[in-house]
Amino acid sequence: MTLVKLCSAYLRLRFGTAVLNVTLVALGVLIVAVVLLVGSQLRERIERQIRGIDLVVGAKGSPLQLILSVVFQIDVPSGNVNVDDVAFLRTHPLVASAVPVALGDSAFGFRLLGSEPSFLNERGISIGEGRVWEEPMEAVLGAEVARTMGLRVGSQFLGSHGLTGGIAHGDHPYTVVGIARPTGTVVDRLILTSLESVWRVHTPRGSLATPPEGDGRSREITALLVRYRTPLAAIQLPRLVNAKPMLIGAAPAFEAARLLSLVGFGLDALRVFGWVLLVTAAGSVLVALTNALSDRRADLALMRVLGATRGLLIRLLLLEAVVLAGAGSIVGLSLAHLSLELFGRFVPEAQAAGLSGLALAQGELWLVPGTLLLAVFAAATPAVRAYRADLVGTLVRG
Amino acid sequence: MPSPSLWIVAVTTPAEPGAKQVVLVEGLRIVIGGRTLVGLDRWELREHARAVVLGPSGSGKTSFLHVLAGLRAPDGGRVIVAGHDLAELTETRRDAFRGRHIGYVLQSLHLVKALSVLDNLRLAAFLAGNSVPDAELRGLLQRVGLEDRTNAPTFELSQGEAQRVAIARALVNRPVLVLADEPTSALDDRNARSVVDLLLAVTADRGAALVVATHDARIVPFFDHRLELGSDR
Repeated sequence: MTLVKLCSAYLRLRFGTAVLNVTLVALGVLIVAVVLLVGSQLRERIERQIRGIDLVVGAKGSPLQLILSVVFQIDVPSGNVNVDDVAFLRTHPLVASAVPVALGDSAFGFRLLGSEPSFLNERGISIGEGRVWEEPMEAVLGAEVARTMGLRVGSQFLGSHGLTGGIAHGDHPYTVVGIARPTGTVVDRLILTSLESVWRVHTPRGSLATPPEGDGRSREITALLVRYRTPLAAIQLPRLVNAKPMLIGAAPAFEAARLLSLVGFGLDALRVFGWVLLVTAAGSVLVALTNALSDRRADLALMRVLGATRGLLIRLLLLEAVVLAGAGSIVGLSLAHLSLELFGRFVPEAQAAGLSGLALAQGELWLVPGTLLLAVFAAATPAVRAYRADLVGTLVRG
Repeated sequence: MPSPSLWIVAVTTPAEPGAKQVVLVEGLRIVIGGRTLVGLDRWELREHARAVVLGPSGSGKTSFLHVLAGLRAPDGGRVIVAGHDLAELTETRRDAFRGRHIGYVLQSLHLVKALSVLDNLRLAAFLAGNSVPDAELRGLLQRVGLEDRTNAPTFELSQGEAQRVAIARALVNRPVLVLADEPTSALDDRNARSVVDLLLAVTADRGAALVVATHDARIVPFFDHRLELGSDR
């Protein structure tokens, strides 16, 4: 016999109540843990996504929409810009790099992004298999695209008009020439190709020729990803861009902060709800232990007769609270990670956001001691009552 | 001065030669509700002693056992058990001392419902801080005739079986003193005789002194020490 065995015997005796207590604690921990995990993963992913991009220049419209569509690939761009309109930025002395991107098509539900090979360097992408595109209609697959679709170097596929699938561009098959290494960013879910490929599939039917420069037909891109050469550019360039009637310059860091504050409000509300649930769970532990104390008054008196000190009875009640809270914490944390992992695997929006149950959030493990502490506070009142119990009176009354 | 209603008649047969002193009570007074229920100048029990404390309800029998067990402090005098003055021990030490040296069969049994029969015995060893092998505990259950109920939950036991478990549990830590409060009050003649025989036999096996508080006159002849409370004879 040990205190733990005695504790588990008592918990088994009132199994239903114990399950209810554990469930309440687990629910509270689940919600708080999910909020922490989602919050930290979103923040980390957003920061990783915008790394190396100081300014996104696109068509006039919402700057947040521009960032969401071009950087995070989760919205539709507000329009295109003429290549000539942004040409001044490519040679501007305050610009270290300016990479054009063109969106508009997709394949198998994954977005096709036209750009230049420098896009790979700027976004920290390396080729795991094959090579970078050199000719129009050659494509490099993001790691997840290749894995999901089972495509290999040499495979051919057709793009569809629109970002969510539409009419297939049947005359213009793409050939896979490379597969990128996983980056843990949205790039893993992109199909990369040259700007010329995007332009070619959108020329009038039957014409495969890329419009020659200066022929009067404009070539358009969705945006230009700009990296500053000096911090001074952060002051001058947005002003310069926004002065152009057709252009808007959006700073990803600023828009991401806005996005996080919007999402953060919801997360904070959820976190508060989770803690309210945890406090409710602590209350249920308090009620359960108080009831147990009433049911067990004779047992506790008997234990004193058998040699138990008051301290041991307190330890027994505290242990019960700790076991309930500990079990609830473990169940809650496990469910949080399991649900997030399933969510991240099977729900497309969660996939796009890169949610995973396999990572730990900062501060998440503090939930366990925090919950245990709450349980100990909850158990304090019944424990003190057990300490002060009238032993002789209980024995006499039976 | 004791109040006129108080009394005690102590009838004692000589102890076995060489038997160690187990209980010594000197100048004991127990006052409840402003009324002195027990006054005892000197009372001594040695190993193998079999004492019965008699008296009607409310005469202080249970309180007397509580004092002997160190569960409540006397209102006067001192109680020495196995050479230890209970008043000189701190509460924590007194709890531990009681667990190790005193077995107690409570009036209303009080088996722990959450535990099996064997676990109730293990609990007694654990709370006393002793390590008693399961074989010894099973032997005790065999001694009280419950070897086939070892793993039974206590709520499945009959009143008589529960009584036997309580007796076995009181002996787990090889106490020098066993106290039993009204162990036969709810039993018929046959079962009362059986319980008394059992108490006498198992305490005799281990050389413990036995003190039984009862108002059951049927069992008095089995004891060699008699203490009557609530009498002025």
